[in-house]
Amino acid sequence: MLIRILPPHALRESEITPQPLYLNRRQVLAGMGADVAALSLPLSACAKADAPTDLAPLKIAAEHEQAGGETVTPFSTVSTYNNYYEFGTSKSDPAENAHTLQTRPWTVEVDGECEAPARVDIDSILARRLEQRVYRHRCVEAWSIVVPWDGFALGDFLKQFKPTSKAKYVAFQTLYDPKQMPETRHGILDWPYVEGLRIDEAMHPLAFLSVGMYGKVLPNQDGAPLRLTIPWKYGFKSIKSIVRIRFTEQRPPTTWNKMASNEYGFYANVNPHVDHPRWSQARERRLGELFKRDTLMFNGYPEVASLYSGLNLRMNY
Amino acid sequence: MAQTGAAKRFDWPLLVWRAAAWALGGVPLLLLGWHVLHAQLGPNPVEFLEHDAGDWSLRLLLATLAMTPLRRLTGRPEPLRVRRLLGLWAFFWVCLHFAIYLTFDLEWSPSALAADVVKRTYITIGFAAWLALVPLAITSTQGWQRRLKRRWATLHKLVYAAAVLGVLHYIWLVKADLREPLLYAGILAVLLGMRIPWRGILRGRPLPRRTT
Repeated sequence: MLIRILPPHALRESEITPQPLYLNRRQVLAGMGADVAALSLPLSACAKADAPTDLAPLKIAAEHEQAGGETVTPFSTVSTYNNYYEFGTSKSDPAENAHTLQTRPWTVEVDGECEAPARVDIDSILARRLEQRVYRHRCVEAWSIVVPWDGFALGDFLKQFKPTSKAKYVAFQTLYDPKQMPETRHGILDWPYVEGLRIDEAMHPLAFLSVGMYGKVLPNQDGAPLRLTIPWKYGFKSIKSIVRIRFTEQRPPTTWNKMASNEYGFYANVNPHVDHPRWSQARERRLGELFKRDTLMFNGYPEVASLYSGLNLRMNY
Repeated sequence: MAQTGAAKRFDWPLLVWRAAAWALGGVPLLLLGWHVLHAQLGPNPVEFLEHDAGDWSLRLLLATLAMTPLRRLTGRPEPLRVRRLLGLWAFFWVCLHFAIYLTFDLEWSPSALAADVVKRTYITIGFAAWLALVPLAITSTQGWQRRLKRRWATLHKLVYAAAVLGVLHYIWLVKADLREPLLYAGILAVLLGMRIPWRGILRGRPLPRRTT
């Protein structure tokens, strides 16, 4: 029989706070004070479980919880509070204005440094085997949500076009149609919205292409009919309503980087240690919570760290 | 309108202006309270409260600054007599805005506040605007006005600094869409511009001394 003699400083197993309790420590503490409970009353009232109504359901082959068991944000929040500047710059604008977006017919053009460029119809994309992944989503503005996305691994999708050895990057482009997106007439950003990933980032198993959320097709305001979902990067990297994907040898331009390169880098990895020049990135407000919580390195996806070994993350923000 | 001697019983115009000033400062507060009670603050309640209080801070500061030009344009005495009331409402909204930030963003941590004030320019600017308004609110009473005499008017020129800092604070935190903060900046520029004795300057006269 092995007898372990513990050093006096050692923690017993029983003394360790269970991880779910640790992760929810704010709610647990909040629950202890009646006054605090009264404060959060308006919140609990709007956080009622709800599901999308008029959106077409999707057939989901597998479900993966990849947000550390954190509470999923209500659909009503995710679909009414987000940024999609083509439909206005306030958080409620996309939900109000995106009804003008026409998601059929819709084709995605895939070309550039690949052997099998193609124009892919959105319905053939929707016919793929779909899985659901619950991911954390952290906006560069320091708010966050937890969303069950429906789609497939980006890498699996990209491989069918046989990228060549010259394909060092993948560039993405959002639809740009001032008729459907009247807010783009005000300028503000350099349209069309463009984003990009290094090819190894795009091939990482966590990189995801979403066609739906909460088991239904994407609402227009959340980037229908096809959007990127890169959980370890700030939200603006997860480009919406994609019409073009291009393999490139050179690093492609990205919209927010063009807008203010000192504030928004190409990588835009969630990093609590590298602040936005104007605000701190150390903490974030999870929608549905009153107080802020700590932001996690790579948004709590440490498995992507190896992509950036040797890269100075302070310089390459 | 006979307003002479004993015939002056009830100053209706002043009452109307006072009521309007109370409404401008108080109705948004009642609305906000209603929204809180009915849980209609949207998906990010803290941001809603913070932005609403910030918006009304700026609006009331601009309304306060509009009173002197209004007095000149209308020739009526009431604007100057509701100026303090509007200024105090502006200060109330700035304090509410600051308190929401201190509570929900910083959880009343002095070190977090110090870090933000030092590192975040828009916070530095906003904090400075609040700081500039504190002595104005304190010395807003008639007693202080008497005690400070001429210096009172000089001290209360700080309101210009507070308004400029307040608008800058807003411009600084916006990501890309500057339309709304620039609207406030434009109104402020007009209100400040109306205080400059353009005619004298254009005729090459030296600037006259002014008290307000």
